[in-house]
Amino acid sequence: MRFRPTDDQRALRDGVRALLARRFDREALRAAVDRPGRLDRALWRELGAAGFFALRLPEADGGVGLGLPEAVLAFEEAGRALLPGPLLATHLAAGRVPGAAEGETVVAAVDGGGLVEWLAQADVVSGDADGAVPLNSVDPLTPLHTVPARGAADPTAVLLTAAEQLGTATRACELAVQHARAREQFGRPIGAFQAVKHLCADLLVRVETARAAVYAAAVTADPADIAAARLLADEAAVRGARDCLQVHGGMGFTWEADVHLLLKRAWVRTRRAGGGTESEELLARDLLSGTGGQRSCLR
Amino acid sequence: MDLSDSPEDAEFRARLREWLAKALPALPPKPSPDDWPGRRAYDLGWQRTLYEAGYADVHWEASPGVRLIFLEETEKAGAPYVGAGFVGLLHAGPTIAAEGTAEQRARWLPPVLRGEEVWCQGFSEPDAGSDLAALRTRARRDGDDYVVSGSKIWTSHAEVADWCELLVRTDPRAPKHRGITWLAMPMDAPGVTVRPLRTLAGSAEFAEVFLDEVRVPVANRVGAENDGWRVTMVTLSFERGTAFVGEVVACRRVLGELAVRARRDGRWDDPVLRRRLGRLNAEFRALWRLTQWNVSEAEAARGGVPGVGGSVFKLRYSQARQELYDTAAEVLGDAALDLDRPWVRDRLSSLSYTIAAGTSQIQRDIVAERILGLPKGR
Repeated sequence: MRFRPTDDQRALRDGVRALLARRFDREALRAAVDRPGRLDRALWRELGAAGFFALRLPEADGGVGLGLPEAVLAFEEAGRALLPGPLLATHLAAGRVPGAAEGETVVAAVDGGGLVEWLAQADVVSGDADGAVPLNSVDPLTPLHTVPARGAADPTAVLLTAAEQLGTATRACELAVQHARAREQFGRPIGAFQAVKHLCADLLVRVETARAAVYAAAVTADPADIAAARLLADEAAVRGARDCLQVHGGMGFTWEADVHLLLKRAWVRTRRAGGGTESEELLARDLLSGTGGQRSCLR
Repeated sequence: MDLSDSPEDAEFRARLREWLAKALPALPPKPSPDDWPGRRAYDLGWQRTLYEAGYADVHWEASPGVRLIFLEETEKAGAPYVGAGFVGLLHAGPTIAAEGTAEQRARWLPPVLRGEEVWCQGFSEPDAGSDLAALRTRARRDGDDYVVSGSKIWTSHAEVADWCELLVRTDPRAPKHRGITWLAMPMDAPGVTVRPLRTLAGSAEFAEVFLDEVRVPVANRVGAENDGWRVTMVTLSFERGTAFVGEVVACRRVLGELAVRARRDGRWDDPVLRRRLGRLNAEFRALWRLTQWNVSEAEAARGGVPGVGGSVFKLRYSQARQELYDTAAEVLGDAALDLDRPWVRDRLSSLSYTIAAGTSQIQRDIVAERILGLPKGR
């Protein structure tokens, strides 16, 4: 059993991280916040050229020919950088919608939960967006519409959402620790105080537990594993961002600090199909299927 | 990322399963939890059976991945756990293997592997719990002996142990981590008194050990005088990462039984209970994956000091185990107050998990300081 990412997988993750550090650093993130609703098409094409959207498309169809584990690592990095845009919808449309794989076409999708992200900026919309009503989105980096249509959750979308949440949770942990080390009160870094230290420890525990669940689900592609990954990653991202905000104290409540961007994005993703109750019910049914506890242990 | 067995691991698993299927039906009946001599005989008998089949040293010689398979398969087959063999196999034994002389290894290790001798642990004291290095049990040199006085607490299997791995203070003037020495103390030495402690579950799972001028030969010292803290730390995390493998497998089985029970009792229509069970399924699936992750990391760092991933796991697992048995109580309803019902005693014993082997608060300090690099401080 070699659960850790292979050298190739780590190289791919580092590549995505480097691309995003170069093309979507903190300055770019804040610039995007200042002009909400506009998508950086040049960056979109760069992502396309790097294979972000065509990652799982077979090589015969012009794709990169990789699998879910690689896609999970790439989406984790996107979540870590808070990269905006309908990444998931465009990735899932690669090979079906002309230009999606290359990043030439921006694809939005009606999520099973009844929300559409980035509808106004999309060239193509998957699903029935009739009667879409705009929301004054809480997340400055995700324009939202609601639609009456409802559908079932696609397990791949559920898993890649979990991967994005994992990345955001990781970023929340990093920011909290950074602040706890740098900020001094009572003559010491606040991270020396157990009350703060333990918040940070709990952040990491949630991140690492979610990571194991998300990576395993990418390997097995088992619906119950995916549901578990999603529940834990949603929790790690939302509670992680909340705790990160708390560690930041008053600064955490400002527009200027990045913490609120993590929390708001995490909130948006929890509303995508396949989270919360849906996953809990799937996992409850799984316990009665007679294989719940044991089958996947054999892997 | 790969979760499948290598060909060698798959072969190990298949052979083990085949052997378990033959060996387990020959086991004697399980002794009652209060019958300590019976438990000792049962646990040592199982170790002897493992020894004869060539599995006795799996904890010492095998890779972390093979240990994971061993613990997973033995639990699934319903085989006994190490029980009274715990300290000998998973702590004192590895310590002697790493730090003992050839003579000490030859004296103490084979009886552990063969299931002939039981060890217990004399570390904690009434005034040295989380702050273990504050221990005060004194040992002074007198010729070829140390003369030891003091008291130890939370010592499991003390009533039936042959040996105690004992931490004593040999230099009261040195900084607290530097004046400690590791001794192997025979439990039948004059001056050793064992007083069982009753847990809140009503059973006597551990004891206090009082030491009054107990003579321990200097030859029983492992490592140098005053170097006992380092000697102990070398292997304190020996079992880390795989310590709870069997328990996670068992928890997943209990969770399945809870769901079946809830449906049988007409409780399945309660969406709050159902979703709570679903969430626990997510939790224990994730804990199983985290175990695999930690083992995979340990394999990659072979020969190195085990990672602190064990602290991350223990924090999450201890909480999940308590939540599991609280949910069991929810399923049981009024029966959760009846000690004769299944899961009720397990619920009580689950309360120790956030305390024993390093409280959750100490684990958070470890995670924050050693993984996240936050400054030391309380």
